[in-house]
Amino acid sequence: MSKMTLKTEGDRHVVVTRRFDAAPESVYRAHTEPALIQKWLLGPDGWTMPVCINEARPGGKIRYEWTNGEGAGFHVTGEYVELVPFSRLVHVERMHMPDATPDNHVETTFAPDGTGTLMTMRMTLPDAATRAAMLSTGMEHGMEASYVRLETTLNP
Amino acid sequence: MPNLDASFSALADPTRRAILARLALGEATVMELAAPFDMTQPAVSRHLKVLEGAGLITRRIEGTKRPCRLAPAAVNEIDQWLGMLRKALSANYDRLDGVLAAMKTSE
Repeated sequence: MSKMTLKTEGDRHVVVTRRFDAAPESVYRAHTEPALIQKWLLGPDGWTMPVCINEARPGGKIRYEWTNGEGAGFHVTGEYVELVPFSRLVHVERMHMPDATPDNHVETTFAPDGTGTLMTMRMTLPDAATRAAMLSTGMEHGMEASYVRLETTLNP
Repeated sequence: MPNLDASFSALADPTRRAILARLALGEATVMELAAPFDMTQPAVSRHLKVLEGAGLITRRIEGTKRPCRLAPAAVNEIDQWLGMLRKALSANYDRLDGVLAAMKTSE
């Protein structure tokens, strides 16, 4: 299994990389076709994405709604800026918690890497404070489950 | 050693977590903290009192200001958040591996 990297860069960026054992076309499709996205873009166990709109064209809308099936949920909306099949996606997105967070500008590239694909996702936030807030709210999603574990083990 | 219960309830609030994340970038005054969070200074001060009581931040006196900075306990917390985010994203991409394998099989 290949390892994901996640790091902050400068004041306003977050960069994630991950290698996949599939051609760029497949990885690109898994990022743009709702039926495929709903299978993996889910976060912690128990969460599902009942609503997935992904209009893969410039100006096309993005809307993802997640729920844990127990009343908790949130959604993301966004718009595509630029698409280069099957190598590059540029979009803006914001989380609704329920108030909208400032726009996160995301560039995702899919580069051939041997028989697989190297994905690089580069997020750009308006400023350092927004990035800090995003990192902490984005983490909330993963934190709910983690906090439950923390209560019992104190060692998540 | 900060009180674990106090630390736990201090971190249960998303605004306080965001304030800590902001302080991870460096020392800040109440005024600097209030601006990006769209909050009044008294509201921020209340959150800071909770964080200070939980041992997650320290404050020093500089004239009329009391700038805040992260205490070592909070640095550890923030490392854990990054770890949690990494974990949530990793889980997604591990699932995506499965989706890609299934796509390959169905071709």
